Amino acid sequence: MITDHITVWIVIVALAIGSFLIRFSFLGIVGDRPMPEWLLRHLRYTPVAVLPGLVAPLVLWPAATGGVTDPARLGAALMTLSVGYFSRNVLAAILSGAATLYGLLYLLG
Amino acid sequence: MTSSNPKRHFLRGVRDALPFILVIVPFAALFGVVATEAGLNVVEVMSFSVLVIAGAAQFTAVQLMTENAPTIIVILTALAVNLRMAMYSASLTPYLGKAPMWKRALVAYFMVDQAYALSQIKFEMERDLTVSERFAYYIGTVAPLAPLWYGASYVGAVAGAQVPPSLALDFALPITFLAMIAPALRTLAHVAAATTSVVLALLMAWMPYGSGLLVAAIGAMIVGAQVELLMTRKAGQ
Repeated sequence: MITDHITVWIVIVALAIGSFLIRFSFLGIVGDRPMPEWLLRHLRYTPVAVLPGLVAPLVLWPAATGGVTDPARLGAALMTLSVGYFSRNVLAAILSGAATLYGLLYLLG
Repeated sequence: MTSSNPKRHFLRGVRDALPFILVIVPFAALFGVVATEAGLNVVEVMSFSVLVIAGAAQFTAVQLMTENAPTIIVILTALAVNLRMAMYSASLTPYLGKAPMWKRALVAYFMVDQAYALSQIKFEMERDLTVSERFAYYIGTVAPLAPLWYGASYVGAVAGAQVPPSLALDFALPITFLAMIAPALRTLAHVAAATTSVVLALLMAWMPYGSGLLVAAIGAMIVGAQVELLMTRKAGQ
Protein backbone atom coordinates (compact mmCIF):
# COMPACT_ATOMS: atom_id res chain seq x y z
CA MET A 1 0.00 0.00 0.00
CA ILE A 2 1.38 3.39 -0.99
CA THR A 3 0.91 5.97 1.76
CA ASP A 4 3.59 8.56 1.02
CA HIS A 5 1.84 10.94 -1.37
CA ILE A 6 4.75 13.37 -1.64
CA THR A 7 6.77 10.56 -3.21
CA VAL A 8 3.91 9.80 -5.59
CA TRP A 9 3.96 13.41 -6.82
CA ILE A 10 7.74 13.44 -7.16
CA VAL A 11 7.49 10.29 -9.29
CA ILE A 12 4.64 11.70 -11.41
CA VAL A 13 6.44 14.98 -12.14
CA ALA A 14 9.79 13.28 -12.81
CA LEU A 15 8.18 10.72 -15.13
CA ALA A 16 6.14 13.38 -16.92
CA ILE A 17 9.25 15.46 -17.67
CA GLY A 18 11.51 12.46 -18.29
CA SER A 19 9.04 10.70 -20.61
CA PHE A 20 8.48 13.87 -22.60
CA LEU A 21 12.21 14.46 -23.00
CA ILE A 22 12.75 10.85 -24.15
CA ARG A 23 9.95 11.20 -26.72
CA PHE A 24 11.08 14.66 -27.82
CA SER A 25 14.80 13.80 -27.86
CA PHE A 26 15.56 13.06 -31.47
CA LEU A 27 12.59 14.85 -33.01
CA GLY A 28 13.35 18.01 -31.10
CA ILE A 29 17.10 18.13 -30.89
CA VAL A 30 18.70 15.81 -33.42
CA GLY A 31 16.48 16.99 -36.28
CA ASP A 32 17.65 15.37 -39.50
CA ARG A 33 21.07 14.16 -38.39
CA PRO A 34 21.59 10.36 -38.34
CA MET A 35 22.15 8.47 -35.08
CA PRO A 36 25.00 6.09 -34.29
CA GLU A 37 24.08 2.55 -35.25
CA TRP A 38 25.35 1.03 -31.97
CA LEU A 39 22.93 3.18 -29.99
CA LEU A 40 19.94 2.22 -32.13
CA ARG A 41 20.98 -1.43 -31.86
CA HIS A 42 20.72 -1.27 -28.06
CA LEU A 43 17.55 0.83 -27.99
CA ARG A 44 15.81 -1.75 -30.18
CA TYR A 45 15.85 -4.21 -27.28
CA THR A 46 14.62 -1.99 -24.45
CA PRO A 47 11.05 -3.36 -24.24
CA VAL A 48 12.14 -7.01 -24.29
CA ALA A 49 15.01 -6.21 -21.92
CA VAL A 50 12.93 -4.50 -19.23
CA LEU A 51 9.44 -6.03 -19.18
CA PRO A 52 10.34 -9.77 -18.93
CA GLY A 53 12.60 -9.07 -15.96
CA LEU A 54 9.87 -7.04 -14.30
CA VAL A 55 7.30 -9.78 -14.78
CA ALA A 56 9.40 -12.88 -13.96
CA PRO A 57 9.40 -12.52 -10.13
CA LEU A 58 5.70 -11.57 -10.16
CA VAL A 59 4.96 -14.80 -12.05
CA LEU A 60 7.16 -17.11 -9.96
CA TRP A 61 6.73 -15.53 -6.54
CA PRO A 62 3.38 -13.66 -6.50
CA ALA A 63 2.82 -11.42 -3.49
CA ALA A 64 -0.86 -12.43 -3.43
CA THR A 65 0.14 -15.98 -2.41
CA GLY A 66 2.84 -14.84 -0.01
CA GLY A 67 5.60 -15.50 -2.54
CA VAL A 68 4.72 -19.17 -3.05
CA THR A 69 4.63 -20.29 -6.68
CA ASP A 70 0.99 -20.62 -7.71
CA PRO A 71 0.04 -23.13 -10.46
CA ALA A 72 -2.90 -20.97 -11.62
CA ARG A 73 -0.77 -17.86 -12.09
CA LEU A 74 2.10 -19.80 -13.65
CA GLY A 75 -0.28 -21.54 -16.05
CA ALA A 76 -1.92 -18.24 -17.01
CA ALA A 77 1.49 -16.68 -17.68
CA LEU A 78 2.59 -19.56 -19.93
CA MET A 79 -0.73 -19.47 -21.81
CA THR A 80 -0.48 -15.69 -22.36
CA LEU A 81 3.08 -16.04 -23.63
CA SER A 82 2.30 -18.89 -26.04
CA VAL A 83 -0.87 -17.35 -27.47
CA GLY A 84 0.88 -13.99 -27.84
CA TYR A 85 3.89 -15.57 -29.50
CA PHE A 86 1.98 -17.66 -32.02
CA SER A 87 -0.96 -15.35 -32.75
CA ARG A 88 0.99 -12.04 -32.52
CA ASN A 89 -2.29 -10.69 -31.17
CA VAL A 90 -2.08 -8.78 -27.87
CA LEU A 91 -5.80 -8.89 -27.16
CA ALA A 92 -6.08 -12.64 -27.83
CA ALA A 93 -3.13 -13.23 -25.50
CA ILE A 94 -4.65 -11.16 -22.67
CA LEU A 95 -8.05 -12.84 -22.99
CA SER A 96 -6.66 -16.39 -23.05
CA GLY A 97 -4.37 -15.59 -20.12
CA ALA A 98 -7.29 -14.24 -18.08
CA ALA A 99 -9.47 -17.24 -19.01
CA THR A 100 -6.69 -19.64 -17.95
CA LEU A 101 -6.18 -17.79 -14.67
CA TYR A 102 -9.84 -17.86 -13.68
CA GLY A 103 -10.29 -21.41 -14.96
CA LEU A 104 -7.36 -22.73 -12.92
CA LEU A 105 -8.26 -20.67 -9.84
CA TYR A 106 -11.75 -22.17 -10.02
CA LEU A 107 -10.56 -25.75 -10.63
CA LEU A 108 -7.75 -25.68 -8.06
CA GLY A 109 -9.88 -23.46 -5.80
CA MET B 1 -1.86 13.40 -58.60
CA THR B 2 -2.71 13.84 -54.96
CA SER B 3 -3.28 17.34 -53.65
CA SER B 4 -2.31 18.26 -50.12
CA ASN B 5 -5.21 17.22 -47.94
CA PRO B 6 -4.41 17.03 -44.21
CA LYS B 7 -8.07 16.50 -43.23
CA ARG B 8 -8.36 13.34 -45.30
CA HIS B 9 -5.19 11.98 -43.71
CA PHE B 10 -6.41 12.89 -40.25
CA LEU B 11 -9.54 10.81 -40.85
CA ARG B 12 -7.45 7.92 -42.24
CA GLY B 13 -5.43 8.03 -39.02
CA VAL B 14 -8.59 7.92 -36.91
CA ARG B 15 -9.89 4.94 -38.88
CA ASP B 16 -6.61 3.01 -38.70
CA ALA B 17 -6.43 3.50 -34.92
CA LEU B 18 -9.96 2.28 -34.14
CA PRO B 19 -9.04 -1.42 -33.51
CA PHE B 20 -6.57 -0.35 -30.81
CA ILE B 21 -9.45 0.98 -28.71
CA LEU B 22 -9.95 -2.67 -27.71
CA VAL B 23 -6.48 -2.70 -26.14
CA ILE B 24 -6.30 0.86 -24.82
CA VAL B 25 -9.57 0.90 -22.87
CA PRO B 26 -9.05 -2.23 -20.73
CA PHE B 27 -5.37 -1.36 -20.20
CA ALA B 28 -6.18 2.16 -18.96
CA ALA B 29 -9.07 0.97 -16.80
CA LEU B 30 -6.77 -1.63 -15.33
CA PHE B 31 -4.21 1.04 -14.48
CA GLY B 32 -6.92 3.01 -12.69
CA VAL B 33 -7.94 -0.08 -10.71
CA VAL B 34 -4.41 -1.26 -9.85
CA ALA B 35 -3.20 2.23 -8.90
CA THR B 36 -6.24 2.84 -6.71
CA GLU B 37 -5.79 -0.54 -5.04
CA ALA B 38 -2.16 0.45 -4.42
CA GLY B 39 -3.30 3.56 -2.54
CA LEU B 40 -3.31 6.36 -5.12
CA ASN B 41 -6.21 8.81 -5.19
CA VAL B 42 -8.14 9.79 -8.32
CA VAL B 43 -6.17 13.01 -8.91
CA GLU B 44 -2.90 11.08 -8.76
CA VAL B 45 -4.19 8.38 -11.11
CA MET B 46 -5.36 11.00 -13.62
CA SER B 47 -2.11 12.96 -13.36
CA PHE B 48 -0.23 9.77 -14.21
CA SER B 49 -2.42 9.03 -17.22
CA VAL B 50 -2.52 12.60 -18.55
CA LEU B 51 1.04 13.78 -17.79
CA VAL B 52 3.01 10.55 -18.24
CA ILE B 53 0.67 8.91 -20.80
CA ALA B 54 2.71 5.67 -20.98
CA GLY B 55 0.95 2.57 -19.68
CA ALA B 56 3.90 0.23 -19.16
CA ALA B 57 5.93 2.90 -17.33
CA GLN B 58 2.93 3.87 -15.18
CA PHE B 59 2.35 0.25 -14.12
CA THR B 60 6.06 -0.19 -13.43
CA ALA B 61 6.19 2.92 -11.24
CA VAL B 62 3.13 1.90 -9.22
CA GLN B 63 4.41 -1.66 -8.82
CA LEU B 64 7.81 -0.48 -7.54
CA MET B 65 6.23 2.08 -5.20
CA THR B 66 4.11 -0.67 -3.61
CA GLU B 67 7.39 -2.55 -3.05
CA ASN B 68 8.74 0.57 -1.28
CA ALA B 69 11.58 0.98 -3.72
CA PRO B 70 13.57 4.23 -3.33
CA THR B 71 12.15 7.06 -5.41
CA ILE B 72 15.20 7.31 -7.67
CA ILE B 73 14.95 3.59 -8.53
CA VAL B 74 11.22 3.97 -9.27
CA ILE B 75 11.93 6.87 -11.62
CA LEU B 76 14.94 5.31 -13.38
CA THR B 77 13.26 1.95 -13.92
CA ALA B 78 10.03 3.48 -15.23
CA LEU B 79 12.02 5.73 -17.57
CA ALA B 80 14.00 2.69 -18.73
CA VAL B 81 10.68 1.11 -19.74
CA ASN B 82 10.06 4.25 -21.82
CA LEU B 83 13.49 4.27 -23.46
CA ARG B 84 12.06 2.51 -26.49
CA MET B 85 10.36 5.81 -27.28
CA ALA B 86 13.76 7.36 -27.95
CA MET B 87 13.97 4.86 -30.78
CA TYR B 88 10.48 5.82 -31.97
CA SER B 89 11.48 9.48 -31.81
CA ALA B 90 14.59 8.75 -33.84
CA SER B 91 12.74 6.81 -36.51
CA LEU B 92 10.02 9.47 -36.90
CA THR B 93 12.58 12.25 -37.20
CA PRO B 94 13.25 11.83 -40.94
CA TYR B 95 9.50 12.22 -41.60
CA LEU B 96 8.53 14.91 -39.09
CA GLY B 97 11.83 16.58 -38.21
CA LYS B 98 11.02 19.53 -40.47
CA ALA B 99 7.67 20.29 -38.79
CA PRO B 100 7.42 23.43 -36.62
CA MET B 101 8.59 23.08 -33.03
CA TRP B 102 5.08 23.10 -31.52
CA LYS B 103 4.00 20.27 -33.82
CA ARG B 104 7.07 18.22 -32.91
CA ALA B 105 6.30 18.83 -29.23
CA LEU B 106 2.74 17.56 -29.74
CA VAL B 107 4.03 14.48 -31.60
CA ALA B 108 6.37 13.85 -28.65
CA TYR B 109 3.65 14.20 -26.02
CA PHE B 110 1.32 11.78 -27.84
CA MET B 111 4.04 9.26 -28.71
CA VAL B 112 2.48 5.90 -27.82
CA ASP B 113 3.24 2.48 -29.28
CA GLN B 114 0.13 2.34 -31.47
CA ALA B 115 0.48 5.84 -32.97
CA TYR B 116 4.14 5.21 -33.66
CA ALA B 117 3.60 1.81 -35.27
CA LEU B 118 0.76 2.99 -37.54
CA SER B 119 2.52 6.21 -38.58
CA GLN B 120 5.91 4.62 -39.20
CA ILE B 121 4.33 2.09 -41.61
CA LYS B 122 2.19 4.74 -43.31
CA PHE B 123 5.11 7.16 -43.82
CA GLU B 124 7.31 4.41 -45.17
CA MET B 125 4.69 3.19 -47.66
CA GLU B 126 3.54 6.63 -48.85
CA ARG B 127 6.74 8.52 -49.29
CA ASP B 128 5.22 11.50 -51.14
CA LEU B 129 3.18 12.73 -48.17
CA THR B 130 3.87 16.32 -47.12
CA VAL B 131 5.02 17.05 -43.59
CA SER B 132 1.62 18.52 -42.67
CA GLU B 133 -0.18 15.45 -44.08
CA ARG B 134 2.05 13.21 -41.98
CA PHE B 135 1.35 15.32 -38.90
CA ALA B 136 -2.40 15.17 -39.62
CA TYR B 137 -2.29 11.39 -39.93
CA TYR B 138 -0.30 11.01 -36.71
CA ILE B 139 -2.70 13.24 -34.75
CA GLY B 140 -5.56 11.28 -36.32
CA THR B 141 -4.22 8.04 -34.82
CA VAL B 142 -4.10 9.50 -31.30
CA ALA B 143 -7.42 11.38 -31.59
CA PRO B 144 -9.54 8.34 -30.61
CA LEU B 145 -6.91 6.76 -28.33
CA ALA B 146 -5.76 9.55 -25.98
CA PRO B 147 -9.23 10.68 -24.74
CA LEU B 148 -10.22 7.05 -24.14
CA TRP B 149 -6.93 6.48 -22.30
CA TYR B 150 -7.77 9.33 -19.91
CA GLY B 151 -11.44 8.38 -19.60
CA ALA B 152 -10.90 4.68 -18.95
CA SER B 153 -8.22 5.47 -16.34
CA TYR B 154 -10.80 7.57 -14.55
CA VAL B 155 -13.46 4.86 -14.69
CA GLY B 156 -10.93 2.32 -13.37
CA ALA B 157 -9.85 4.63 -10.56
CA VAL B 158 -13.43 5.27 -9.46
CA ALA B 159 -14.43 1.59 -9.72
CA GLY B 160 -11.13 0.34 -8.29
CA ALA B 161 -11.99 0.30 -4.62
CA GLN B 162 -14.94 -2.04 -5.23
CA VAL B 163 -12.99 -4.82 -6.93
CA PRO B 164 -12.90 -7.97 -4.73
CA PRO B 165 -9.54 -9.80 -4.17
CA SER B 166 -11.00 -13.01 -5.66
CA LEU B 167 -10.66 -11.35 -9.06
CA ALA B 168 -6.86 -11.83 -8.68
CA LEU B 169 -6.20 -8.41 -10.19
CA ASP B 170 -2.61 -8.61 -8.95
CA PHE B 171 -2.03 -10.78 -11.99
CA ALA B 172 -3.51 -8.41 -14.56
CA LEU B 173 -0.19 -6.61 -14.86
CA PRO B 174 1.93 -9.73 -15.58
CA ILE B 175 -0.63 -10.94 -18.13
CA THR B 176 -0.77 -7.57 -19.89
CA PHE B 177 3.01 -7.26 -20.07
CA LEU B 178 3.49 -10.84 -21.25
CA ALA B 179 0.88 -10.23 -23.94
CA MET B 180 2.84 -7.17 -25.09
CA ILE B 181 6.22 -8.92 -25.02
CA ALA B 182 5.29 -12.20 -26.74
CA PRO B 183 4.52 -10.74 -30.18
CA ALA B 184 7.74 -8.68 -29.93
CA LEU B 185 9.87 -11.85 -29.79
CA ARG B 186 10.43 -11.70 -33.53
CA THR B 187 14.09 -12.67 -33.81
CA LEU B 188 16.67 -14.78 -31.99
CA ALA B 189 18.14 -11.52 -30.63
CA HIS B 190 14.81 -10.52 -29.08
CA VAL B 191 14.37 -13.98 -27.53
CA ALA B 192 17.96 -13.88 -26.19
CA ALA B 193 17.40 -10.41 -24.69
CA ALA B 194 14.12 -11.46 -23.05
CA THR B 195 15.65 -14.67 -21.66
CA THR B 196 18.65 -12.76 -20.28
CA SER B 197 16.29 -10.27 -18.67
CA VAL B 198 14.32 -13.05 -16.92
CA VAL B 199 17.39 -14.98 -15.73
CA LEU B 200 19.26 -11.90 -14.49
CA ALA B 201 16.17 -10.42 -12.81
CA LEU B 202 15.61 -13.68 -10.90
CA LEU B 203 19.30 -14.01 -10.00
CA MET B 204 19.50 -10.35 -8.94
CA ALA B 205 16.22 -10.44 -6.99
CA TRP B 206 18.28 -10.20 -3.78
CA MET B 207 19.49 -6.73 -4.76
CA PRO B 208 17.67 -4.01 -2.82
CA TYR B 209 14.52 -2.33 -4.11
CA GLY B 210 14.28 -3.47 -7.68
CA SER B 211 17.78 -2.26 -8.57
CA GLY B 212 18.41 -5.79 -9.85
CA LEU B 213 15.94 -5.07 -12.66
CA LEU B 214 18.12 -2.23 -13.94
CA VAL B 215 21.14 -4.56 -14.01
CA ALA B 216 19.04 -7.20 -15.79
CA ALA B 217 17.74 -4.69 -18.36
CA ILE B 218 21.19 -3.35 -19.23
CA GLY B 219 22.58 -6.88 -19.49
CA ALA B 220 19.67 -7.93 -21.71
CA MET B 221 20.09 -4.95 -24.05
CA ILE B 222 23.76 -5.78 -24.50
CA VAL B 223 22.96 -9.45 -25.19
CA GLY B 224 20.25 -8.47 -27.70
CA ALA B 225 22.60 -6.10 -29.53
CA GLN B 226 25.45 -8.66 -29.57
CA VAL B 227 23.25 -11.50 -30.84
CA GLU B 228 21.95 -9.20 -33.55
CA LEU B 229 25.53 -8.43 -34.62
CA LEU B 230 26.38 -12.15 -34.65
CA MET B 231 23.31 -13.01 -36.75
CA THR B 232 24.04 -10.21 -39.21
CA ARG B 233 27.62 -11.41 -39.61
CA LYS B 234 26.45 -14.99 -40.12
CA ALA B 235 23.91 -13.89 -42.71
CA GLY B 236 26.62 -11.92 -44.50
CA GLN B 237 28.91 -14.92 -44.90
